[in-house]
Amino acid sequence: MSTDNQGPIWEVFVQSKPGKPYKHVGSLHAYDKEMAIENARDLYTRRNEGTGLWLVKAEEIVSVKSGDEESYFDPADDKIYRHPTFYNMPEGSKHI
Amino acid sequence: MEIAKNLEEFQAKIDAEIKIEPKDWMPEEYRQHLIRQMSQHAHSEVIGMQPEGNWITRSPSLRARKILMAKVQDEGGHGLYLYCATETLGVSREQLIKWLHEGKAKYASVFNYPSPTWADMGAIGWLVDGAAIVNQVSLQRTSYGPYSRAMVRICKEESFHQRQGYEVMASLMEGTAEQKKMAQEAFERWWWPSLMMFGPHDGDSPRSSNAMKWKIKRETNDDLRQQFIDKTIPQAELIGLKVPDANYKLLENGSYETSDIDWDEFWNVIKGNGPCNTQRIKHHAAAHDNGQWVREAAIAYNEKKEQNLKSA
Repeated sequence: MSTDNQGPIWEVFVQSKPGKPYKHVGSLHAYDKEMAIENARDLYTRRNEGTGLWLVKAEEIVSVKSGDEESYFDPADDKIYRHPTFYNMPEGSKHI
Repeated sequence: MEIAKNLEEFQAKIDAEIKIEPKDWMPEEYRQHLIRQMSQHAHSEVIGMQPEGNWITRSPSLRARKILMAKVQDEGGHGLYLYCATETLGVSREQLIKWLHEGKAKYASVFNYPSPTWADMGAIGWLVDGAAIVNQVSLQRTSYGPYSRAMVRICKEESFHQRQGYEVMASLMEGTAEQKKMAQEAFERWWWPSLMMFGPHDGDSPRSSNAMKWKIKRETNDDLRQQFIDKTIPQAELIGLKVPDANYKLLENGSYETSDIDWDEFWNVIKGNGPCNTQRIKHHAAAHDNGQWVREAAIAYNEKKEQNLKSA
């Protein structure tokens, strides 16, 4: 391994408050898990941005690339019965 | 044919304000333009730590020192956001830094000016960060997703930088005659270089046209420069600083007319003949080389831990 490199890339996810989902905020370089967490803390949470951090090595992430949206997500369009607005409710019904 | 179709779809996305993401098809020229612009932006953040780092140990109070350290740390962080965003275009961090050291990549020329007094810390925060904010606010709407997201994050952090600089200038302007003189001189040192930060006139900027068509840039150099001038002159007047331009005047539309920039100086500093060009790169290269043992130790430590894990 070249010693001029700065370690693998890690993707950083921050939870802004307890109960909120983790959101991708960016990436960083680190040689191991501990260093990844420490670097993420210094880089992405200097101003109370979060209460939780997830670090994932970029090479471990599996993704659907944009451009493939059609073949992956189109079938969702024909299943409108998955949405609550599809159903007819009797006139006058409440709290449903 | 394939490329023409790709190009058409690419432009349609840009026109519809859909961000381009790392794995999307993009013209090679778009990728190269972004690598050049974003790495230059990243290098500027990091090289910009030098004129301010220069004053950390000599700041006039503990309050000022804490603020300056936080600001310099932010600049390093901004550099890292931007390097990561640039890497999504398929270029490595090592390569970006190598190009900087070889002089193939540029950084903002403004950081080639020295910061001889404490008032320069005020002028840099207020003017240099102020000019950077105008540019970066506009770049939040750039068409490349990772660049745009880095800009949003950076803009949130920048406004403290500008305000702390203006506070330094305002408090010097309330001080002794000597302090006022120091502030005025720093203002005069940084006024023109900060106007130069927006780059050449639009007509003389060879790369502007595609950058606008592809929405890498959203506003022209001259428009952004004018926005900065119109915000900054009233701030200077408010605290009693004199704009170092005999010909500036307020127009009826609320905008200011100013003299033209000394473009010979601009090109000269870009070509590497500014007061501190050599020193800035030499310092960066030395810091990188001195960090070699840290990188080696981190790699060895990680390897050792993985070995222990396997044998356990």
